Amino acid sequence: MRLKALPGLMLALGVAGLPGVAAAQAPLAAEGCLGCHGPDGRGAAGAAPIAGRDRAEMVAIMLAFRANERPGTIMGRIARGYTEAEIAAVAEHFSKVAP
Amino acid sequence: MTTTLSRRALLAAGALLAAPAPLRAQAGMRLVVVGGGFGGASAANFARRTYPDVQVTLVEPQRSFVTCPYGNLLLGGERQIGQITHSYDGLRARGVTVIHDRASGIDAAAKSVRLAGGQALSHDRLILSPGIALRWGAVEGYDQAAAETIPHAWIPADGAQTLLLRRQLEAMPDGGVVGLAIPGNPFRCPPGPYERISMIAHYLKRHKPRAKILALDAKEGFSKQGLFQDGWRALYGDMIEWVPGNRDGKVVKVDVRERVLETEFGTRHKVDVANVIPPQTAAALATEAGLANETGWVPVNTRTFEARAAPGIHVIGDANIPGPMPKSGFVANTTAKQAVASAVALHRGQPVPEALYFNTCYSHVGTEYGISVVNIFRPNADGTAIAEVPNSGGISPRGDLPEQRRQEALYADAWYDSITRSMFA
Ligand SMILES: Cc1cc2nc3c(=O)[nH]c(=O)nc-3n(C[C@H](O)[C@H](O)[C@H](O)COP(=O)(O)OP(=O)(O)OC[C@H]3O[C@@H](n4cnc5c(N)ncnc54)[C@H](O)[C@@H]3O)c2cc1C
Repeated sequence: MRLKALPGLMLALGVAGLPGVAAAQAPLAAEGCLGCHGPDGRGAAGAAPIAGRDRAEMVAIMLAFRANERPGTIMGRIARGYTEAEIAAVAEHFSKVAP
Repeated sequence: MTTTLSRRALLAAGALLAAPAPLRAQAGMRLVVVGGGFGGASAANFARRTYPDVQVTLVEPQRSFVTCPYGNLLLGGERQIGQITHSYDGLRARGVTVIHDRASGIDAAAKSVRLAGGQALSHDRLILSPGIALRWGAVEGYDQAAAETIPHAWIPADGAQTLLLRRQLEAMPDGGVVGLAIPGNPFRCPPGPYERISMIAHYLKRHKPRAKILALDAKEGFSKQGLFQDGWRALYGDMIEWVPGNRDGKVVKVDVRERVLETEFGTRHKVDVANVIPPQTAAALATEAGLANETGWVPVNTRTFEARAAPGIHVIGDANIPGPMPKSGFVANTTAKQAVASAVALHRGQPVPEALYFNTCYSHVGTEYGISVVNIFRPNADGTAIAEVPNSGGISPRGDLPEQRRQEALYADAWYDSITRSMFA
């Protein structure tokens, strides 16, 4: 699978290890996702659930969107607005939300 | 941070009186939110979800909230009023004290809001999201009385305006002309008038195929213009005529009885159904409290959303002018969260959180035909400016892309469902 072939960068990304990104901020950056992906990111008719997704998988998907390597209608435009640290923080946050 | 409580607040504070001051401030911060729309309901909901110890009071005169978003689909015959009306019961269930009254004045020094019913609400922090006011008379002849005949349908209130426009469309004979007057920037929902044109065309194509739409615009261009016009040509042929400002599109006068829209250079367009979207300012509450500047909108700190004229009062939603951010429901929602987080942090003497603001505005152009614009913004460190993140966001790709359009129409529905749940559930 192409996603697995992405640079090991995503594995290196971790909230705690990133300077300037407090874990407490993850909910705020992640709040933007709730605008379409339903309460707590559990999905809505027409939008995929993101709650409970594997952190590394979500980071990989977002980085692929950002790099224009994954076809998408809208997520590429969104993902390019986030820093890698924010992507990691958001993925961390949703990985811990019960699906 | 210490809190000076008025006598009235002391009486109201009840059981909290026993607690020592610093603890009281921490444990029972009182947040008052005025306006229960996109900004206010989002703020109240987020505050209760994120800070269970904060006491939240929401002031909103309407017993239920009719959304502007998806009101255009009602005009198109794709939604009923009940599907775009939301109850405040969900917020009550979250522990928000909802007061159905109108805020009539703000005493910033005393940290108190006066309600029309006579009550005064003391608070530690105040968030205002009262929305917009229409500038009656800015288009000559178009005042509150005129709106009973020629709807604006731009502030839904109880839904009557949108329903009036819908009834007029239904009553219009085939071959009739629907005229719209569209204002210059800035105004609520930049793509809104063009989605409205699309949805009216969607209705007419099915029921009155010989009818025409005449869109008279004060501007020379508009949001997602290429995408809208591609869709109009593809779906509605020559039904829609859009007249820009530099081709005498700016409506300056309305003759209500004759249903005539008169433009700057004196062209009189007689139409069968008219929709006048007048120029706007921040809602009366914000202007009367002296928070707006000469533009009619409220300048704010772009990190905390505190009004420049009154730190401690956070102004969110369409009433403010946060640099390049559009007046949209999504922006009201995302900035509401930052305003709440900032209000709590400032009250607790903590640093204001890093900010990132989102906007995704979907528009329905026709059946299974959605388009969007995405923006992601960041404020600068001292809250004096705001900028779009370079290389991010943008509009849907142009071209013959039916699958993209179909997907985006679905995503739009997911957006509506998600955002209204984040406000009212
Ligand atoms: C036709 C149309 C389509 C739109 N479509 C979209 C869309 O698809 N996506 C999108 O993101 N945005 C859309 N918008 C824009 C969106 O509706 C607004 O940006 C949003 O409503 C702004 O939120 P707000 O909180 O500032 O104002 P509002 O949502 O209007 O809420 C203001 C509330 O404050 C209350 N209020 C006013 N004065 C007082 C007072 N003195 N005391 C107490 N309460 C008071 C009012 O009763 C009202 O309920 C659309 C707008 C229109 C007109």
